[in-house]
Amino acid sequence: MQFWLIQTLNSIAFGGLLFLLSSGFSLIFGLMRMPNLAHGAFFMLGAYFGATFMNWGANFWIAALLSGLAVGVLGVILERGLLRKLAGNAQGQVLVTLGVSFIIADVCLMVWTGDPVPVPAPQWARPPMFLMGYAFPTYRLVVLVIAVIAAVLLYLLMERTRLGAMIRAGVDDMEMARGVGIRVSLLFMMVFMLGAALAGLGGTIGGPIMQAYPGLDADMLPLALVVVILGGVGSLMGAFVGSFAVGFIYNFGTALFPDFAYVILFLPMVAVLVLMPEGLFAGSRQ
Amino acid sequence: MRIDRRSVLKGIGAGVGVAALGAPAVRAQAKPVRIGFMTVKTGPLASGGIQMEQALNLYLKERNNMMAGVPVELYTVDTGGAPAVARTKMQELVERNGIAAMIGPLSTQEALALDDYIRETKTPTISVAAADDMTQRRANPWFVRVTSTSSQCAQVMGDYAAKDLKYKRCSTIADDIAYGHEQNSGFQRVFEEEGGKIVQKLWPPLAVPDYGTYIAQINTKVDGMFAAFAGSNGFRFFRQFNEYGLKGKIPLLGGMTAFDESLLQQMGDDAIGLLSVNYYSATIDTATNKKFVAGMVRDYKVEPGYYGAATYTAGAVLEAALKTTGGKDDKQALMNALRTNKVEDTVRGPVAFDKYGNAVGNIYIRRVEKQNGRLVNAVIKTYENVSQFWKYNPEEFLKNPVYSRDYPPAKFLEN
Repeated sequence: MQFWLIQTLNSIAFGGLLFLLSSGFSLIFGLMRMPNLAHGAFFMLGAYFGATFMNWGANFWIAALLSGLAVGVLGVILERGLLRKLAGNAQGQVLVTLGVSFIIADVCLMVWTGDPVPVPAPQWARPPMFLMGYAFPTYRLVVLVIAVIAAVLLYLLMERTRLGAMIRAGVDDMEMARGVGIRVSLLFMMVFMLGAALAGLGGTIGGPIMQAYPGLDADMLPLALVVVILGGVGSLMGAFVGSFAVGFIYNFGTALFPDFAYVILFLPMVAVLVLMPEGLFAGSRQ
Repeated sequence: MRIDRRSVLKGIGAGVGVAALGAPAVRAQAKPVRIGFMTVKTGPLASGGIQMEQALNLYLKERNNMMAGVPVELYTVDTGGAPAVARTKMQELVERNGIAAMIGPLSTQEALALDDYIRETKTPTISVAAADDMTQRRANPWFVRVTSTSSQCAQVMGDYAAKDLKYKRCSTIADDIAYGHEQNSGFQRVFEEEGGKIVQKLWPPLAVPDYGTYIAQINTKVDGMFAAFAGSNGFRFFRQFNEYGLKGKIPLLGGMTAFDESLLQQMGDDAIGLLSVNYYSATIDTATNKKFVAGMVRDYKVEPGYYGAATYTAGAVLEAALKTTGGKDDKQALMNALRTNKVEDTVRGPVAFDKYGNAVGNIYIRRVEKQNGRLVNAVIKTYENVSQFWKYNPEEFLKNPVYSRDYPPAKFLEN
């Protein structure tokens, strides 16, 4: 009983964290047709920024928003400064984002040293809470709530605003979107900023669970890839469902089949790639 | 301090100058000794690697860049922790720089990749790479380790848990790599032979994103839990362990890198009371160690831990060997000196070597305490002259397979 209850809660909470990580990745991938391999590094930067802002006295939520903003601005610089010059050359863009992720990782190492930096949770969320007599970390449930709020906001943005409509149009058919007068270049920049900002925000929010340490980027990037491949590229719904699916597969998989801990995440991904190459909720029609 | 060509030349100049004044120890023809230093300054292993470099720089600075009366030319390379890079860089050190000895590499993977090349080029190598077999079943005659094998410290913790803490039932959690396996099995073997039972073993992958799923499985009906982690994993595990309200319910016994000095200040007051085992502690009360710690705090604002102490000790052991050989250009003589010297006063205490090249020295049981507002690993018990074979006969010990995930088999596992 305890096993099932706690692991279920673990799965859902981890799914929430994964959604914060992968929604931005999915947005960028969907619109720009390139996996932003610096996404893990953005997440890591978010965690380090969050810890630093809190050290300077900011409260947890302010620190999270500031980190999102800072990483978002960095995303704009990257998009305008580097990716724009490689427009149409997806391979080049992938390599550039990979290179940028290495640069970010080494800069983090210089600034924050190799020792892990703790990211504190808000004071009130630190003691565990008791559910039916079993201890469960309060903060993980907070992350889940934040993820759900973020999902609703993103949904409203995509479905109810003009920007959202333009992004959807761009994901569906880039040429046609251009044809009806959408400024695709501006759109790219805004989406890249939004995606990066989500990663930065997610980094601070995920910080109290993951902590900030060198290598966090490389630990997180594959998770974003798995979620997006499972859920389908460019689809918010896909990222949402994919995140929770991966949360469950990961937690129950490693608990029930400990010998498969290494492949447990990738087996379902391979199956999906073979059976439904577009993912469970394909956002693209190309 | 970075050692560039200019400072090396100055060093040489100084050496010649002293000789001209008639100091008998330094002859005018005293050639500088070339030392290769292989560390990791980028990537996930950089935390330890950077501290290794700081400690070695401090060691040389305190000696005006001289060892055994000879100026030192230090060639530092960064491998990023990648075995293939380590191989190329070592070739560079040997063939281009003509080094007499090498300090490093940091990781076992790198050491394994270099094993053949070290033998082939007969390069005396002082490394922290902990894999048991590097100094056991596949001992490399050109390799010495001044620290501890993976299992050497863990075996001591097994004894301490059974005899001093009187624990009967323990669980274990360790990184699922050879380093974790060997620590875990060392603990298990001694603990069980002295009457304890290991009732649960958990193996999270090295790069596990989240320990929650493992923590939820922890068997709470135990006296303690042995935790053998590398790098920042011990820190992350500990934070999440507390998140789940387990702090104080299950005492944690840390392996040699789980609660390293480099992690301690970040762990916060929650860490007070944690026990761990190591070949070193920054609190060791000797003049040599106090000077070392003060130097590290002064120059780099860090308290040295596993990696810093390892390299500083490597410096001391190398210097002693150079004194024995008189700085003569003879790798075999240097290697013999490295292995047969007993160095009495290193920061970790006295160090001698067994015939496999591994250190025989003190192992410390430590408890996290707050002293003068800082968290420290205070020594609560010292085991003297501990060998990598614990109290077993080396020949008997080596007939068994190397410690692994399933060897020795755990007989008391429960679900």
